[in-house]
Amino acid sequence: MTSNAPTSVGDAAQPASAKERGRRRTPEGRGPSTPARPTFRQRLSRWDVKVSPYLYVLPFFLVFAVIGLYPMIYTGYLSFFSWPRFGATHGEGVGWANYAHVLQDPVFRKALWNTIGIFLLSSGPQIVVATIVAAWLDTNLRGRSWWRMSVLLPFVVAPAAAALIFGALFADQTGLVNQLLDNLGLHAVQWHSDRLASWVAIASMVNWRWTGYNALIILAAMQAVPRDLYESAVMDGAGRVQEFRHVTLPSIRLTMLFVIVTSTIGGLQIFTEPRLFDTNLQHQGGADYQYQTLTMYVFNTANSSTDPYPRAAAAAWILFLVIVTIALVNFLLTRAVQRRGSR
Amino acid sequence: MTRRPGFLVYGLLAAFFAGSAFPLYWSFVIGSVTKQRATQPPPPLVPGGHFFENAHRVFDRIDFWSALLNSVLVSGISAALVVFFSTLAGYAFAKLRFRGSNALIVFVVLTMAVPTQLALIPLLKEFSNLGLAGTRSAVILPWLVTAFGVFFMRQYLVDAIPDELIDAARVDGCTMIRIFWTVAVPAARPAMAILGLFTFMQVWTDFMWPLLVLQGSDVQTLQTALDQLKIAPGQGLSDVALLEAGTILATVPLLLLFIATWRQLVSGIMQGAVKG
Repeated sequence: MTSNAPTSVGDAAQPASAKERGRRRTPEGRGPSTPARPTFRQRLSRWDVKVSPYLYVLPFFLVFAVIGLYPMIYTGYLSFFSWPRFGATHGEGVGWANYAHVLQDPVFRKALWNTIGIFLLSSGPQIVVATIVAAWLDTNLRGRSWWRMSVLLPFVVAPAAAALIFGALFADQTGLVNQLLDNLGLHAVQWHSDRLASWVAIASMVNWRWTGYNALIILAAMQAVPRDLYESAVMDGAGRVQEFRHVTLPSIRLTMLFVIVTSTIGGLQIFTEPRLFDTNLQHQGGADYQYQTLTMYVFNTANSSTDPYPRAAAAAWILFLVIVTIALVNFLLTRAVQRRGSR
Repeated sequence: MTRRPGFLVYGLLAAFFAGSAFPLYWSFVIGSVTKQRATQPPPPLVPGGHFFENAHRVFDRIDFWSALLNSVLVSGISAALVVFFSTLAGYAFAKLRFRGSNALIVFVVLTMAVPTQLALIPLLKEFSNLGLAGTRSAVILPWLVTAFGVFFMRQYLVDAIPDELIDAARVDGCTMIRIFWTVAVPAARPAMAILGLFTFMQVWTDFMWPLLVLQGSDVQTLQTALDQLKIAPGQGLSDVALLEAGTILATVPLLLLFIATWRQLVSGIMQGAVKG
């Protein structure tokens, strides 16, 4: 591809104007010197123009094929087979048995509701608070960039680290949250054994890490709203809240849609936080699977003894369908609400 | 930008910041008191003087420095690869005309919605068969190029390079790859820096894939080392001071990076949002 490169790429990093390069080419004497060469060079150059774009985008599609598409299809294939004990490859076909097993597994059902519960407790409040924080940031603040940075701070804490921090904050006996509740005269909450409480604790880790990040995304959309829209709203006598409802929200709906759909896809795959929140070493998400999520279920099934991979594969495909369905529902719902809101 | 915020907005933002910073602060507090004090009611609120003691215990339990080195290597190499291949593909989608380019970029965007968990188990088997399980390469390879990276670079380069510049270079007889190096790369530099930074943080904080592929090997990243710290024999669970000291140690490198680069991070998120 670089065979007919006129010069080496050693000076490639220098931004050179076309004029400069034109001057540099001539002294090298690699111009059309023999009569036969131009046609060959021309053909080569045409080939270069035609093929290069495909070569440039090829790595992405290769990587996607190897780490995304093939494993996905193979997962689907595997989900219809058995797996011999300590075997290296799959056994005979079993039809839909693995799917039936997973769907009838009470642990799977629990994991499904846990995942949805944690997801609702994290994405809903997160987007509402992020929008409000973005509205605060979208004012004529003193030290504007400092405030923007300040909301992003939790983003540097990896989910694994966040889980260990919140695991201690929400510790049943010695945690700070229970101490606070005690000081307020309230009962201590069993964050690691009560099902709903554990969802709240796990959702709070997610909210803590991502609210500021999403606030910045929403802020960017708010800043793109033409300022004269606000001026005419003020002239029409709109108050702050009316202005926010009728000018800001309709203008940022595409970004809201983006934030909602991405947080759906990410939120339903939650794994790290509940796994490290666990206080026993079985990694089953609480003694009674109170906060085992679907991704944890897939992970644990792959490490179990009977038909590990095929069952995990079936569970993975069910998870995939759940995510696609909920993301789609969210997408349509958000769009419908926004349509009505903007009218 | 005509609205001037009152004290209320400053107060609310300050409260939000306090909520953001407090868990990190408290983690340091717990990591700096003795093992006994950490679990004594009421929970401590000011740092003690035992952080280095706890840090030493972390170093005894897990191979912290090798995990740190692995995290740096894995994140750095992944970031470099993602930046290179994403810029190449993003440039092609933004500036080169080729048949099927529109359909292909739509496909790239759609792959962003594919839940990756689905692919992990066969992927693990693929890597084991290749003898890659338990190696740094296994952590890096899925990060050669990302859909987000390709899309991000495309969005940036569409406006960043005038078409005339490319045409002029071609009239001059430049090869395509040379135009990429001399025209596209210099123009793409700001976006490349942001993409590199984000990829670095993403790989650094990733947990599930390294956990799977490094299971039972000596090679660990900081995140999986934290998991090991938790399940280490000898009351890892009840020793909160140890866990929080480890958490702080694992967070400090990224915190330093954040302090050095927060301007790029903030503008990167905001740019990606407007264009994406």
